[in-house]
Amino acid sequence: MPLAKRIIPCLDVTAGRVVKGTNFVDLRDAGDPIEIARRYDEQGADELTFLDITASSDARDIILHVIEAVAAQVFIPLTVGGGVRQVDDVRRLLNAGADKVSMNTAAVQNPQLVADASARYGNQCIVVAIDAKQTSPGKWEVFTHGGRKNTGLDAIEWAKKVESLGAGEILLTSMDRDGTKSGFDLLLTRAVSDAVDVPVIASGGVGNLDHLVAGVKEGHADAVLAASIFHFGEYTVRQAKEYMAKHAIEMRL
Amino acid sequence: MPRPYQFIYMTDIAVIDYGMGNLRSVSKALEHVAPAVRVVVTSDPHEVIKAGRVVFPGQGAMPDCMREMDARGLRQAVLEAAQTKPFLGICIGMQMLFEHSEEGDVAGLGLFPGRVLRFPHAAMVDDKGNKLKVPHMGWNEVHQAMAHPLWAGIGDGARFYFVHSYYCEPATPDLVAAFTHYPFPFTSAVARDNIFAVQFHPEKSAAAGLALLGNFVLWDGSVSTTESCASSSCM
Repeated sequence: MPLAKRIIPCLDVTAGRVVKGTNFVDLRDAGDPIEIARRYDEQGADELTFLDITASSDARDIILHVIEAVAAQVFIPLTVGGGVRQVDDVRRLLNAGADKVSMNTAAVQNPQLVADASARYGNQCIVVAIDAKQTSPGKWEVFTHGGRKNTGLDAIEWAKKVESLGAGEILLTSMDRDGTKSGFDLLLTRAVSDAVDVPVIASGGVGNLDHLVAGVKEGHADAVLAASIFHFGEYTVRQAKEYMAKHAIEMRL
Repeated sequence: MPRPYQFIYMTDIAVIDYGMGNLRSVSKALEHVAPAVRVVVTSDPHEVIKAGRVVFPGQGAMPDCMREMDARGLRQAVLEAAQTKPFLGICIGMQMLFEHSEEGDVAGLGLFPGRVLRFPHAAMVDDKGNKLKVPHMGWNEVHQAMAHPLWAGIGDGARFYFVHSYYCEPATPDLVAAFTHYPFPFTSAVARDNIFAVQFHPEKSAAAGLALLGNFVLWDGSVSTTESCASSSCM
């Protein structure tokens, strides 16, 4: 099949800097978002995702300037998430140069937001991020507020629900694996990807290139997202793409 | 039938804005490939008619796009531009050139014979039996079906970024400028006279996309691939 699987470096941004932590704590500075975005573009990244993890709402506009600067220099799809509460937030991010906007907590609190934003701007630009944690074998529940709050929602049912509301893509993060470098939760990824017709991005736990291969081959992910393996120079995006291609995965090289 | 273009127009590109989403990507990419060219994002029909070349993008659902275009009184300007100057349709901006779309059962502009159809659920499996997702989202190969100035310097089979759930089915095969497999071959670019239209997003397709936009900025609106070849018989 000629449609390539995608590699998406993820940049967690706060106060205009890229940071990386473990299980959403112990943040380390990883650099300037514009510089990093340009480097990943040069290395052949298929898309970029920016998650604004700024805690205070008064610093939220910084991400708009970051996206504006990146969008003027990097001509691949840009997804932005974090702090999206209403349709007007979606509008502001799209106007700043985002191609897709990701929503997480707000989608749980107000599912109508997914429907409204999708109806207004099209499902191609609405991503719903799902943070899931295993609660018993074969069962995962949706967490919000950066992984602190259990909603009690079943992750697979929630994925189907947001698809029906108008999500064009699902960004699925395993809270159990995030920051552990032990690989994606493949059972979770596969269960969600097989349950929906829209593309699923696997996230959380990438520690080496075999994890990316497994995410596609065993997890049935349409795209794989990783942060720290790229930020700290363990691998380039190009190395990752070549490795996946060598393992018979269709890639854009 | 190539038409002459007045040189006075050559510095302006109008990106038609009918309120359907983000046009910043398109204008930024054009500014990037042609820093000396004035790019205007506009919903003013007079600006569209005045411009030397026109980009007709589109996002969201085609019924909304048709309605918003008409609400801004842009239909005549779009039709006039499509008949007189280098014209680039992108994504829904390609679909709107056809007669009819299955999406919301809506009529298009009817410049090209044919329909816009949804990827049929039953057909969305690859050769290994795996489910294929809709929207068709990501980088896929674009196979060139005709020689055209907009393909200059772009390899046959180069990958471009797609995101769409509907595709164009031209009624006449001579319109097809490129096709792509998902999983069956569908038309990913069409061309006729001064019109070129693509289902993918050149503004989001890295080097290949910027090359196509650069070719569009230089294009005189004829279909010949060399200056000495002015008739359509040597395409």
